Amino acid sequence: MDFTIPQEYEILRKMVHDFVVERLDPISQKVEEEDEIPPEIIKEMAELGFFGLPFPEEYGGGAVSKLGYALFLEELGASSACFSNLIAPHVSLATSSVFIGGTEAQKQKYLPPMCAGEKLGAFALTEPNAGSDAANIETRAEKKGDKWILNGTKNWITNGSIADVVIVYALTDKNLRARGGITAFIVEKGFPGFRVGTVDVKMGLRGSHTAQLLFENCEVPEENVLGEVGMGFLTAMKVLDGGRIGLAAGAVGGAQRLLELSIQWANTRVQFGQPIANNQAIQWMLADMAMEIEAARLMTYKTAWKYDQGLKITRDAAMVKAFASEMACHVADKAVQIHGGIGYMREYPIERAYRDTRILKIYEGTNEIQRMIIARDLLKVGH
Amino acid sequence: MLNIAVCVKQVPDTEARLSVAADKTRIEEQGISFILNPYDEHAVEEAIRLKEKQGGTVTVFCLGPARAEEAIRTALAMGADKAVHLADAAFGGGDEGTAAAALEKAIAGKSFDLVLAGRLAIDDASGQVGARLAEKLGWPHVTAVTRLAVEGREAVANREIDGGSQVVAVTLPAVITAQRGLNQPRYPKIPDIMKARRKEVAKVTPADLGLSGGEVGGAGAKGKVAGLAPAPGRSAGKVIAGEPADAARKVVGLLRDEAKVI
Repeated sequence: MDFTIPQEYEILRKMVHDFVVERLDPISQKVEEEDEIPPEIIKEMAELGFFGLPFPEEYGGGAVSKLGYALFLEELGASSACFSNLIAPHVSLATSSVFIGGTEAQKQKYLPPMCAGEKLGAFALTEPNAGSDAANIETRAEKKGDKWILNGTKNWITNGSIADVVIVYALTDKNLRARGGITAFIVEKGFPGFRVGTVDVKMGLRGSHTAQLLFENCEVPEENVLGEVGMGFLTAMKVLDGGRIGLAAGAVGGAQRLLELSIQWANTRVQFGQPIANNQAIQWMLADMAMEIEAARLMTYKTAWKYDQGLKITRDAAMVKAFASEMACHVADKAVQIHGGIGYMREYPIERAYRDTRILKIYEGTNEIQRMIIARDLLKVGH
Repeated sequence: MLNIAVCVKQVPDTEARLSVAADKTRIEEQGISFILNPYDEHAVEEAIRLKEKQGGTVTVFCLGPARAEEAIRTALAMGADKAVHLADAAFGGGDEGTAAAALEKAIAGKSFDLVLAGRLAIDDASGQVGARLAEKLGWPHVTAVTRLAVEGREAVANREIDGGSQVVAVTLPAVITAQRGLNQPRYPKIPDIMKARRKEVAKVTPADLGLSGGEVGGAGAKGKVAGLAPAPGRSAGKVIAGEPADAARKVVGLLRDEAKVI
């Protein structure tokens, strides 16, 4: 067993690390206050290839493996969560939907501008009455002549208000539902009948926007059926499996940053005449943080490795998503505790991280759904 | 068209916590990461900008162990075309003289117009290799350059001197060493990092360069590191109380009489 990170990914990691420290960290407080990532930073990230890294060169991607992508998100996750929440839904969900489920013509048309960051993607599955129960979506698509007509509402769609391309999952046969009744459509900004509704006000993730998307007799040309009619649910499930690795990687990177800030603080904060790091109570918290982070990191790398080998990862992805998100919440809680009062203050990144971390247990499949996936597989396989 | 050679070195990460190895002559390499020497990064950037403007090639030269390939590939990812890696174990343990001699053999006679290098490597900070290499090549050199303009066969370089700057004009071929401020090195783009894997990195041995074992590395070195010690820890600071004007006067007095720095 060889744990060496390939040389090109060490270089990639170093580049992202430098970019985070030099370009993103200095603006993260401003982004928090203004609730917006400066467009010039988004442009810079696009030029560096952040928006297309795991896709083949022929489509303008970086040809980075899942392991490389995980290492990338781990580094990016160290900074404010809004940055990885701009990139990951675009790459892991929207662009991956086109790559996994699209026809060759669709890949040729959409992947190059999406990889270049010229067109931002969003993934629209969740609805007011269909979150965890994704097969219960109500958005309908009906064929009229050479067009499909979409009607329905999508909720909490990350990047929804700024996306140029939205992958919309809609019901094409309500009797079949998950078994061939759901179809994905490539909807572009400007298609008649598509508009952005309310932009959500959230607990955290400032700088990252989620919005309601409305489809009112939205006209979609036949060639924008992603892949084939009825294949949507299968595509969504495959896409979500891969996405979970990215989420876990970001959680690991964010938690690692919190651990490092906690060590620094513990070494400098003096109480009762000595640094609080001298207290066993603090030391144990640091040790617990480090242990959980390391476990989540190894699970992330292994799941990414399995994905790169072409092995089935449904159970692994569910396990690492649930484990890493819960790890991140434990770590964030301890980081606030070690920092004490300052950890609760808006002026310091710990408070922001605490709020931003909480969503990890909810989005991209709640941890309860992950446990259902794990248990279903366990009971089927028997070990 | 400019054919540019860039000399780079891999050094411990500026963020790494260094300790001295058991033999007291090297730093402990276990558990630390290595980077492309920051001054060399400026040299690579300048070479690529010149190539982008005037056309030509950028070839990276690096003397260092196998792990140094990561620094080489970083330079290739930034935009250098190919590289020559003096990776043979025999090159190890040398001094500035053996490094410059080996680099000279690798670079001379290959019709390079310009050699760029960092003004020093942040690990041993001797800052000699660039100038020694120029001497061996018989080329002019300008060190610690903060601005460089190349036109035709002339290079005009601004270099930092105490309290000011000096402008030096040299005829190519020449050796230029980079100071901070020369440029802002680019981040390598992700697709370029991946493509850099396919660029040529030629591994050369002393024999390939026409050098005998006794002329390179530890065997050929005139100096040897006899000992290495960590910097002494900083002692507690002194707080000078009182009105600002009085305190400032006291600080000046202490700097002159106690610290003897002014």
